[in-house]
Parts: sequence; structure tokens; C-alpha cells
Amino acid sequence: MMNALVSVDHLKVDFQTDAGPVTGVEDVSFTIRPGETLCVVGESGSGKSVTSLSLMRLVEFGGGRIVDGTLKFTRPDGTVLDVAAAPAAVMSQVRGNEIGMIFQEPMTSLNPVFTVERQLTDGLMLHKGLSKAAARARALELLRSVRIPEPERRLRQYPHELSGGMRQRVVIAMAMACEPRLLIADEPTTALDVTIQAEILALINRLKREKGMAVLFITHDMAVVAQMADRVVVMYRGRIVETGTVEAIFESPKEDYTKALLAAVPKLGEMKGKAAPERMRLIGDEAARAAHAAAPRARKAPEVLLQVKHLTTRFPVKGGILRRTVAQVHAVEDVSFTLNVGETLALVGESGCGKSSCGRSILRLIEPQSGEVWIGGRDIRALSHPDLRRARRDMQMVFQDPFASLNPYRRLRDQVAEPIQNFGLASGSELSDRVLQLFDRVQLPRDFLNRFPHELSGGQRQRVAIARALAVNPKLIVADEAVSALDVSVQAQVLNLMMDLQADLGLSYLFISHDMAVVERVAHHVGVMYLGRIVEIGSRAAVFDNPCHPYTQSLLSAVPIADPRQRRFRDDLSFKPIISPIFPVGHRPAPSVYDEVAPGHLVLQS
Amino acid sequence: MKRFLSTKGLIGIVLVGLILLIGSLAPLVIAPDAATRMDMTARLSPPTFRHIFGTDQLGRDLFFRVMLGARTSLEIAVTAVLMSIVLGLPLGMVSGYFGGRIDNVLMRLVDTLLAFPALLLALTISAVLGPNLQNTIISIGIAFTPYLARIVRGEALRVAQMPYIEAARAAGTTDAMILSRHVLPNILPTVIVQATISLAFAILAEAGLSFLGLGTQPPAASWGLMIQASRDYLDIAPWTALVPGLAVALTVLGLNMFGDVLRDVLDPRVK
Repeated sequence: MMNALVSVDHLKVDFQTDAGPVTGVEDVSFTIRPGETLCVVGESGSGKSVTSLSLMRLVEFGGGRIVDGTLKFTRPDGTVLDVAAAPAAVMSQVRGNEIGMIFQEPMTSLNPVFTVERQLTDGLMLHKGLSKAAARARALELLRSVRIPEPERRLRQYPHELSGGMRQRVVIAMAMACEPRLLIADEPTTALDVTIQAEILALINRLKREKGMAVLFITHDMAVVAQMADRVVVMYRGRIVETGTVEAIFESPKEDYTKALLAAVPKLGEMKGKAAPERMRLIGDEAARAAHAAAPRARKAPEVLLQVKHLTTRFPVKGGILRRTVAQVHAVEDVSFTLNVGETLALVGESGCGKSSCGRSILRLIEPQSGEVWIGGRDIRALSHPDLRRARRDMQMVFQDPFASLNPYRRLRDQVAEPIQNFGLASGSELSDRVLQLFDRVQLPRDFLNRFPHELSGGQRQRVAIARALAVNPKLIVADEAVSALDVSVQAQVLNLMMDLQADLGLSYLFISHDMAVVERVAHHVGVMYLGRIVEIGSRAAVFDNPCHPYTQSLLSAVPIADPRQRRFRDDLSFKPIISPIFPVGHRPAPSVYDEVAPGHLVLQS
Repeated sequence: MKRFLSTKGLIGIVLVGLILLIGSLAPLVIAPDAATRMDMTARLSPPTFRHIFGTDQLGRDLFFRVMLGARTSLEIAVTAVLMSIVLGLPLGMVSGYFGGRIDNVLMRLVDTLLAFPALLLALTISAVLGPNLQNTIISIGIAFTPYLARIVRGEALRVAQMPYIEAARAAGTTDAMILSRHVLPNILPTVIVQATISLAFAILAEAGLSFLGLGTQPPAASWGLMIQASRDYLDIAPWTALVPGLAVALTVLGLNMFGDVLRDVLDPRVK
């Protein structure tokens, strides 16, 4: 066996709190060999980040303390250093020099007041003792190696002038600057769009291959693990659950937790040939699954619930001393679609494509410029404000962030009761009964009624948000990234709840998401958005099995698949960056014209 | 309940309780002329057994003056601050929540008031309305309103952008309901903290007005008036400033601690 580069043995980290020490991770042992990628995967609170920060001894800056165990790191000269006991002076030689680190948030891990050159050369001059000119030359070389276009110009730019993907490349270039033997990547692509994620993953893979560097990759995303890992460590609540090669973990997991985690991951392509959306397979949920599968509802002739015609929403860009409108963001541009009763239409796209603005425009939470939104024989756009308020009974919304979409100062009971009171639908004991039923309906324990939002987990809060949306028996629920902020097992439960509610109540969902695999699981119809327009729309099968628009194709090719036998990101990838949707005032874009490639499958002409 | 019983909470409650007790009971227990009776043989006397806090330049007993002045000072400060809240809170909330033109108009108005020093503004109002207790309160209340309105507006602006406000709107909640049920509870903590700080300034503002003959009329006692009067004797009789000064400081300290604890008690997230 090759000598391990890193060998962690019985690591235990405590955090000091007011209530005494709390253990962050305990009894964590693993090794990393030179040149291999070890993925540490787990849900929030599993201790995966604490583990990686301990390896850099950065955990101390967050109030943690390594109380037990050893962290042996083989230095370039062959000596073995116990990171847990190393003096601070030695650690600052190791950090950034022998171990490089990439953080999650490319927006905040670069200092906004320094140019790219300064960010890159500082470390080189400190660790390698390079002269300014030599450091600059090396910085240029690094930018080339991370495939940043026009590297000379980038050196003079500040972080805010770069896109998210470009910034993450700079962060990687910084981590690579001193040619570390180990690269720690803590959720490096979580904040990025899927096409940029694909580029960054491919880049990390290439750098690892070329430099023979080992990678410790921290992530919550099983699909990314399948794509990147040589070996996998699964963590849960501060302990290691299972360790193994990536194939072993994915194909023959031994522990129940690993099995449950894998079952909860939607796999792109697994819905091929299935007519209707299907619940996720959750361990311990077989009974509910059988109950819902046993009664296939006779499909009635589709009845249209929502019809959107030529919806256009623009935001003014103000500028100058007089704060005049100097340009417009064309957030939603000539969007048309229909949504049937009891069905789900998913709007997918990357950040800034206008999918959220589209959902908000339909509810008139933001005012569209033009177009029609027909629901229940009324054009929402033509309603007066009091009528609009009444019309909102039929259409409710579930938001992305369950931590921010509930008022921290109000009891859950009151928050769920609020929509009912708004429309005077019930009061007194009838109201309490209705709230109780809603809590039962979303499978929340009744003793949560008097609690406050902060006492609940993310998944529980999202259930409260769903209960609130259901309170007035709406026909349409706009779910804006409703499961994106949740851990994968919780996400699966909430998705199943939403599908059960649809089956039982005949709800229609406008499901706004960036996650193609989730969309494939839940949607009847899919609309792909790009630059404010729907570029392709049709049944799920049509869009996923026969993507016709180039953007849809590139989007699908960028999605990581939760299967280590289907690796996609071996070579450098370069997707076209999304161009700006900002146009001068008075710009008249061409109307959206579609080709019908198959009945109901429309593709934007371009 | 536990939070009230923290050390800070206890000190706050004891101090505020003590001051309220003095403010309400002192006029009943102490003879009304105790604060104005002059002891010409003991002018500017340091603390002695006869005058435990010493006397001022007219030989008036500082202990009695502080005790009896508590009521006037607190009455003016508390009512004036309450008035600034009553005026400034809705102004700031409406401005921050609705934004746009309403915000522009209201905030330019507030900025105009802010351009004058608070004391000068209070002085002008007091001079126009005439010097008496009620008008002193009104003028301090109005003078403090723009500061509170500004702070409330900033908070309302922040809260109005939170997703739970959009969620409430999507659920069909009216603006009035959103303001009272969602915005108000979320900005109340800031208002409480600001109010406790304003109380100290209100006590001092009353002093300034009194000094110019527009606040409390001599020979009646108020803390502010006492601080102003001590000005000329600081070097020979520092206790004349120290006694009312400490009274103000302790009151503010107590209210501040009490306000902090009250804020924590109102916040369901702090346990």
C-alpha cells in the first residue's frame, strides 16, 4: 500500500458554547493517498466542514478545539507533521502552501478591494519568496491553467467585475498557486449554476491529473460525489457512517443511512419511459408509496387551469443624478404557456433566466409590463387591487428559503391561520380545527402549533409554508425553488408530500427550479427558460428525451448524474456564458416564435 | 421569565422600580416646600448629616430636590419620548414599507426637521406655544420625532424586503395587516432600544429648556434645572452637579438594561 498523504485518526472536535462543550465531530478516521480524490459527503450538520477545517487547523477560528486524535500530514520533505499538535508558525507555512483550500462562496472568499493580481501574488511572494515580477508571471500562468479567457486583462480587474464562475476559477488559481500536495474543496460548486459547476468540476479533475495532487472534496450532493470521487466517506451527525470506493458506496452500500441517502437522490434519466411523475423511494415509506401507487387515477380530459399569454416583465435600471431609467432588464420576455388542472409545469433554467420573475409576475407580486394571465375565467392582469387580493385565494406561493419566508416573531398557528383570516373563511373553533387539519395534512406534530419558526428544522418549516399555502384551498401553487434549500433526504420527503397533495386535492403546481433531476421526477410538463424566454416547452418526456433547443441540450449535458459509471466531466468544458438581459429603453425585442417539433413540443426559433 | 432574572435584568428592574417609586411616592412623603426651603447658614454645603447630599447656592437641600425633581423630570421625559414614538413610528413605518413617492415626501419633511438641532427646534416650539410643563413635553416630543422616524424607516425598509412579507402579500394579507402583524413586531426591538437612549436626552433637553426659562419654572425642582444651576459652582461645589447627574445616569442605566432585557423577552429566538 502506498504511503498515505493524510491520515486522520480518531479526530474529535469540541465547540465551546454557553451550555458547555458540544461535540462537532467524534471518532473520525480516514486516509487520503497521493493523487486521489476523497469525497466527504453528508447533510447539513454532519460535521463534514468541521473535518476539513480541522485539517487546516482553521477550526480554531470558529470556536472549535481539537480535543482528541491525530491529523498526520506528510510534508514535501517526507517528514510527517501532526497538524493537531503543530505550532502556529509551522501551520502558517502549511496553509496555502502545502495544503490549498477552495471555499463555497466565490463572491465572499475574494477580498473585494484587491485586484486579481494582488490576490494571486500575495501568497506567492510570502510562501515562495518570489519577486514581484516573477510572482506576476506565475499569476498569469496560473490564470491560463484555470482557463480564464484574456488573463492579462483579468489581472487588473477586481472581483466584482468577474462572473461567479470566473471568480471561482480565480479562487482555484489561488489555491493552486503554490502547487499544494492536497487541495481541500469545501462545497466549491454549491453556489454555482449547473453549467458553471460542470466547468469547475472538469477543471478540478484536470488539475488533479496534471499535478498529481490529492483532493479532499466536501459536498452534500451525491451526484457530484459520483462524478468526482475515488473513495467516499459518508458522515452523519459528526460521525463516519461508511467508507469505501465510490463504486462500492453507490452499488452496494452497507449502512442504512447510506442507502436512505442514495434513495433520496433523484437521478437524471431514471424516469425515462414513465408517463406520470413518481414519488421518491424513501426507506420506511413503502406503505405510503404503495397506497399512492395502487390507485392510479383515471386521467380525465385535461382541463386548463392557468393560461399565460405573451407575459412580459421588465425592471428599470436607474442611473444618473436624476435617477432616470437608463435601461431595462428584460426579466420575462413574451412568455406563453398553459397549465392543466392537477398537473405540474416546471420552469427550469439557470440563475437570472427569469423563472422566478415569471412566477411572481403571474401572482402580480411584481407588476408585468404586458400580457395576459387567465385563471378561472379572469385575467389577473386586468383586476383592480381589491379584486386581485380576492383572486389570490386561488393561487398561493411557496418560497425558496424556509428560514426567511416565515415571520420569526409569530407563532406557527397564527402564520398558518393568517390566509384563512384574510379571507374571513373561518373563525373561532372552526379556525383552530382548520389549522389542526392543515398541520396533520403536512404531517407536522400538533404540539408545533404554538412554536416559533426558529425551533423547527428547514424541512419542518417548509411544511409550515406549504400548510400556509394550502390554508385557503387554492387551485394553483407557485413553488419557487421550494426544495432547493433542503437536505436531500428532507427534499425527497417534501417532494413526496407535494405529489401526494396534488393527487389528493387536484392541485396544480408551477414548479420553478434549477434542478433538472428533481424536475424530471415531479413535472408533467417542462418549460426551459433562457434570457427571459421559454426556449423549449413540452411534455417531460419530450423535453428530456428529445431536447431540441441547443440551450436545453447543453443544460442537460451539464447535470451531474448520481452514478459513478456515467462520468461526464473528464475533459475541459466550456459552456457559453449567459449574456446580459439588459437592453436600452425603447429596445423592441422580436416576439417569441416557436416551431412545433411534435404535438405540444415547442422550440423557440432563433 | 428566566430572562428577566438574569443579573442584568434584575439590576434593570430594581433601578427602574426604585426610580418609579421615588417619582410617585416622594411628593406624598416629603413636605412640598422641602425642596424650596432655603438654609442660608449652609449655602453650597458639602454632604453633611444635616444635608446628606449637600446644598445648592441658595442653601436648598439637594436630597429633597433630587427626590422631588424625579417626578417632573420623568414625567416630561417619558411623555415626550412616548409622543415621539406615537408620531415617529407610524411615519417611519409607512415611509419605509410603501417607499416610492410617499417615502420621498415624508423623508424630505423629516430631513427638514433634522436639519435643526433638536434643542433649537424644541426651543422654538416652546417659545411659540408658551412656557409651561405641557408645552415643554410637546416641544421635546416633536423635536425627537424625526430621529425616531429615520430609524424606524430604515428598519421598515429592511423588513419590507424580507420574504415573509412577500409571502404574507401572496397570502392575501392587506397592507394594514402586514404593517401591524409583520412589520411592527420585527422593528419593535430597535424602537425599544432607541427609546431608552432618547429618555436620557429628553431629561437633558428639558434641562436646556429650563435654563432658558422655557421649561420647569423655578423654584420648582427638576434634574435638568439642577444640572444647569450647578454650572457656575462646579469648581467649588462639584456635588451640586454630581447629585442630579448621578440621578440621570442611574435612571438611564436602569432603563437601558431594562430595555435590553425587554427586547430579549420579546424575541422568541433568544432563549
